[in-house]
Amino acid sequence: MALYNEKVMDNFLNPKNVGEMENPDGTGVYGSPVCGDMMQIQIKVEDDIIKDAKFKTFGCGSAIASSSMATSMIIGKSIDEALELTNKQIVDELGGLPPVKIHCSVLADHAIKSAIYDYAQKNGKTYKGLEGFDPDADDDDHHDVE
Amino acid sequence: MRNVYLDYSATTPVKDEVLQAMIPYFTENFGNPSSLYSSGLNSKKAIDNARKQLAELINASPDEIVFTGSGTEADNWVLQGVADAMRKKGKGNHIITTKIEHHAILHTCEYLQTQGFEVTYLDVEPDGRIDPAKLEKAITDKTILVSIMLVNNEVGTIQDIRELAGIAKRRKILFHTDAVQALGNVPIDVDVLGVDFLSMSAHKIYGPKGMGALYIRKGNRLSNFIHGGAQEMGKRAGTENLPGIVGFGKAAEIAKRDFDKHVKHSQEMRDYLLSRITEEIPDVEINGTMKYRHPGNLNVTFDFIEGESLLILLDMKGISISTGSACSSKSLKPSHVLDAMGVPWEKIHGTVRMTVGDFTTREDVDYVVNELKNIVIKLREISPINHEKGW
Repeated sequence: MALYNEKVMDNFLNPKNVGEMENPDGTGVYGSPVCGDMMQIQIKVEDDIIKDAKFKTFGCGSAIASSSMATSMIIGKSIDEALELTNKQIVDELGGLPPVKIHCSVLADHAIKSAIYDYAQKNGKTYKGLEGFDPDADDDDHHDVE
Repeated sequence: MRNVYLDYSATTPVKDEVLQAMIPYFTENFGNPSSLYSSGLNSKKAIDNARKQLAELINASPDEIVFTGSGTEADNWVLQGVADAMRKKGKGNHIITTKIEHHAILHTCEYLQTQGFEVTYLDVEPDGRIDPAKLEKAITDKTILVSIMLVNNEVGTIQDIRELAGIAKRRKILFHTDAVQALGNVPIDVDVLGVDFLSMSAHKIYGPKGMGALYIRKGNRLSNFIHGGAQEMGKRAGTENLPGIVGFGKAAEIAKRDFDKHVKHSQEMRDYLLSRITEEIPDVEINGTMKYRHPGNLNVTFDFIEGESLLILLDMKGISISTGSACSSKSLKPSHVLDAMGVPWEKIHGTVRMTVGDFTTREDVDYVVNELKNIVIKLREISPINHEKGW
């Protein structure tokens, strides 16, 4: 009997893409240790394709599992495709999370967008999927779950 | 795989001696204690014996002990029963408790606030202790009851109930203590403590779940909470949980008989766990005073990692602990106890409670520390914050 399903546990116990890059093309950080969840995602981009992604996460099992899953899902995707990635897709790909934990994966979605935003800023690029996106939006929002 | 249970403050296994005492009362000795024929009278006798056993553990008289369905029920009953009795007498409507009580107390107080009562929640010092001067200051001429736990469930802090109850007594205010974590772990003498009411639970002292009790000092009145038949001297209705009561009595007898041995063993195991963790794992902090502490309690913060992930990875190694992290709770709120002690939230998230007991061995502790070291390293590698970067 475990708190999470097998796929979540596998991504938590053997997380993929853990680490930090020497020279990332974009870095996104979302959440804070005060809230109990904080995620950093870094990306390598070539010809608008995400060649590699790495993460570091402070958080519960589902936050680490969703970081692992989210980075795996964007590697090899175009920036536009990665920007379309939703929390629901990450949760679905993990085979579901306990309802109270769903907020954790919100970090992955936002952290990816932040990393791409950073890349876009540095390279003077604009993407449709970033319209209206604010990387500094209130970090506490994801904790309004009772 | 080895299984190591380090959550004795959550619950304990029923000891074989206790189980053996209970078994006959499920089957051959099943008579209703209210019945007037022999088997009923035998059941009544078994309950009287258990009441005596529990009374002896806290130096009370048996007729001051009323069995309940849980420690939570005892807490609910005493707060609501005193509040109701005082309201009927036209007395005040003010209750004083603390910010570090169990939810059985806090949520009952919140309920009473919706019923016209006023509640003061005392702050605690950073070491987890209540400053008696703060209690003195909080008392008003409307105060009817003070409720302060004897031992805290998360950090194991022991309060100076004797002094706190003395303050209430001088002002002729009733005093209740939640002794669920204290029972069997610290010496309890209701006369030395000077309390009017005291809540207890069986499953924390190697007895069965679903059994609690309330000590009511002779002469103290409180309204009934569970209404019905005349069981428990007319104070708590409902056919008695006969095997549960017998088990609670037996567990209390053992707790008294083996008290010194239990405390010495718990303390040895806890101190060994404490020394290995603090010597072998960097960036850890112990929460709460070590001077006034439950002998089996350790509450420790592992910086830069989150408690639930630590809990799950330890579980994968057969190790059971608990955490104050918000992620582990259904409400997603971090521990109110550590918060009241001023522990920053980022540290509360990385806090775990490990509680040892009678079946904990040195080998268990060695196994836990070895696994813990690897898991903490692994989680710190995954974490974006660390010793070098800081928070």
